[in-house]
Amino acid sequence: MIAKAAMAALSAAVLAITPASAVEKPKELVIGITTFLSGPASVFGVPGKNAADMLIADINAKGGILGVPVRAIVIDEGAGANQLMSEYRRVVLNEGAQVMLASVSSANCLALSPVAEDLEVPNILWDCSSPRIFEDNKYKYSVRTQAHTGAEMLAAALYLVKNKPNFKTIAGVNQDYAAGRDQWGLFLTALKALKPDVQVVAELFPKFGAPDYSTEISRLQALKPDVVVNTSWGGDLDTFVQQAAARGFMTQSTFVLPLGESSLERLGDAVPAGVIIGGRGDHYFLHPKHLKDAAFQDFVKRYHDKTGAYPIYPVFHMAQAMAALQDAYVKAAKDNNGQWPSKDQLLAAFQNLKFHGLTSDVTIRADHQGLEDQLIGTTIRVPQYPFAVLDNISIYPGALVTTPIGDKSAEWLSKIKPAMASDPSIETFAAAK
Amino acid sequence: MRFDLLFGAIAFCAVAGVPFFIPWATVMLTIALGVGLAVLGVVVLLRAGQISFGHGLYYAAGAYTVAFLVQARLGLDTLLLLPAGALVATVIAVAFGFFAVRYRDIFFAMINLAVSMVAFSLLEKLYSITGGGDGLNVARPTLAGLKLGRVSFEFWMFYTTLAIVVVVALVVGRYLASPLGKGLEAIKSNETRLEYLGVSSARILHIAYGVSACLAGLGGGVIAIVTGHVAPEFAYWVRSGEFVFIAILGGAGNVVGAFAGSIVYEIVRNYAAAFAADYWQTILGVSLIAIIMFAPQGLTQMRFGKKRGGA
Repeated sequence: MIAKAAMAALSAAVLAITPASAVEKPKELVIGITTFLSGPASVFGVPGKNAADMLIADINAKGGILGVPVRAIVIDEGAGANQLMSEYRRVVLNEGAQVMLASVSSANCLALSPVAEDLEVPNILWDCSSPRIFEDNKYKYSVRTQAHTGAEMLAAALYLVKNKPNFKTIAGVNQDYAAGRDQWGLFLTALKALKPDVQVVAELFPKFGAPDYSTEISRLQALKPDVVVNTSWGGDLDTFVQQAAARGFMTQSTFVLPLGESSLERLGDAVPAGVIIGGRGDHYFLHPKHLKDAAFQDFVKRYHDKTGAYPIYPVFHMAQAMAALQDAYVKAAKDNNGQWPSKDQLLAAFQNLKFHGLTSDVTIRADHQGLEDQLIGTTIRVPQYPFAVLDNISIYPGALVTTPIGDKSAEWLSKIKPAMASDPSIETFAAAK
Repeated sequence: MRFDLLFGAIAFCAVAGVPFFIPWATVMLTIALGVGLAVLGVVVLLRAGQISFGHGLYYAAGAYTVAFLVQARLGLDTLLLLPAGALVATVIAVAFGFFAVRYRDIFFAMINLAVSMVAFSLLEKLYSITGGGDGLNVARPTLAGLKLGRVSFEFWMFYTTLAIVVVVALVVGRYLASPLGKGLEAIKSNETRLEYLGVSSARILHIAYGVSACLAGLGGGVIAIVTGHVAPEFAYWVRSGEFVFIAILGGAGNVVGAFAGSIVYEIVRNYAAAFAADYWQTILGVSLIAIIMFAPQGLTQMRFGKKRGGA
């Protein structure tokens, strides 16, 4: 009898805490942003947060989204996946966040996408790069406002075979963790399809966060590969490049650094001319197509004034996520006779949404993957900047380099044709003078 | 023991009421109880004066077992997954125990640390099996045969965990009071005398090692199901260190301490992260220093010490 009564009470409680649905215009739009505020990846996370602060202030100065001011709650990814997941939950359930922006780390995006599904909260994957997210799963609530590793590595491989057609040997130095192995794996798959006779002389995976690369550099100097690919980032990339530069290695081989854009300013003199650099999308503070845009110029200047550094790719990714959020709400409201949209209407608006962040427009495909252009260039030294800038920039359209819907990146990249490197849709620019 | 039971009963009532009064804390408390199970495993070994800096291994063993079984789509129920995780952890511990229980003190701590770090590297490197650093997602299993939605699953999973915790606390309390448990205290105070009495200290410690791994595996399984994700960091030494820390924080003298410690730890950590995303580590550190300074015997010992007139 008591058990029955207890069961009834518990069931009632369960029903009572089930959230009710209502679509009223809220007083404020709460969004949650997961980003690294601590740990090595804070080199991306903190610029991303700074950008979010600026962009949200801009949105609110213009009256917010559909007249609703935006308030962001930032969650630190540096605490590890488990705490991140309980924080994410807390921000959605307890703080009432209506949209979440997750995450810098691919591991965290892979972990959080099912949580977003579970919590039924629209989730913008603003910076993470794993192609597995939408290739292995279908998510209703997650959309990605940027490209994935497949597109980024393909663009770098296309640029390499186009601009250095005569190389024979290649070596890879990549961080020993899931993303580092994914990046190198996809790059090599694409490269082998484009240039089947390429010879891989070394595949090195130094420890993530390694403080010393002298063994790797010695080995590479002995092997003398024509091309060295290093997909690492942050402190790892900075340390590697500085140690390689000190030993004169940076000029002996052609270096390909697909995430190098984020380190150029910090590395200063260590990066010589002739290094191939990518920026996870068409992200560059001297973007040849957008350098003259008033909004672009204004943002780059304000960002530099505020933080003392030029914007790097997570800043551009954040701008894309914010633009997508804003445009999706506007589009959804339009489809809802100007009323504040429901969750489902907002999600529908993300489908095929074309939005403009700071650089080229991005389109979200039916599978929720963003089609983002890729910018790859070669460094030169100019007197205006105390660090290397990019010359001979090629921009690869997102539609060209992104794995088609339904295909898996690894399989698709193994089947691409060498002619893709000369596709007419690729644009090439000289350095900004 | 009577104080333990009384205190435990009060704590149980307080915790059991939480979902009704503060529904959002349900998941946080379930996690705290799951971690508490692993901490209790460390507490068992602390009875013998032995510290393991490698219990993350057994915690991860339980969690990954659950993750693999769920990924295998066998349709296993939560109530089967949890014992399976605990079983795998126990089997590993019994096998490894043949080496581990020969060592004492710092060597015991270190050999546990070493093995857990090997497991950590394997989980990171065997990318195709374990998902590497990305870890594995754990789809929500059924609970007692019922396919539940998020809210009701969280609600019932909390009570399932609480029920497990109550049973485990009673059984472990009984175990620690039994000759096998008393033997652990003897190992701490005078192992030679214990051997002269004709009792094998290696055997006593081996059993305790198995019990403590079983608890850690059970805790890992609960966490895998509640958070829906497992990652190699479960086996990382920082996680193992956390268990030892919480054990000392809660007070190693009694069973309730493990859970009290882990609930306090989880609350402090959550609030620190909520109110200062930039400085949460600092807040966590400072509050833990404060607890050590003002309750050096652990939170539960502080209360009991006064009642018992300084135990």
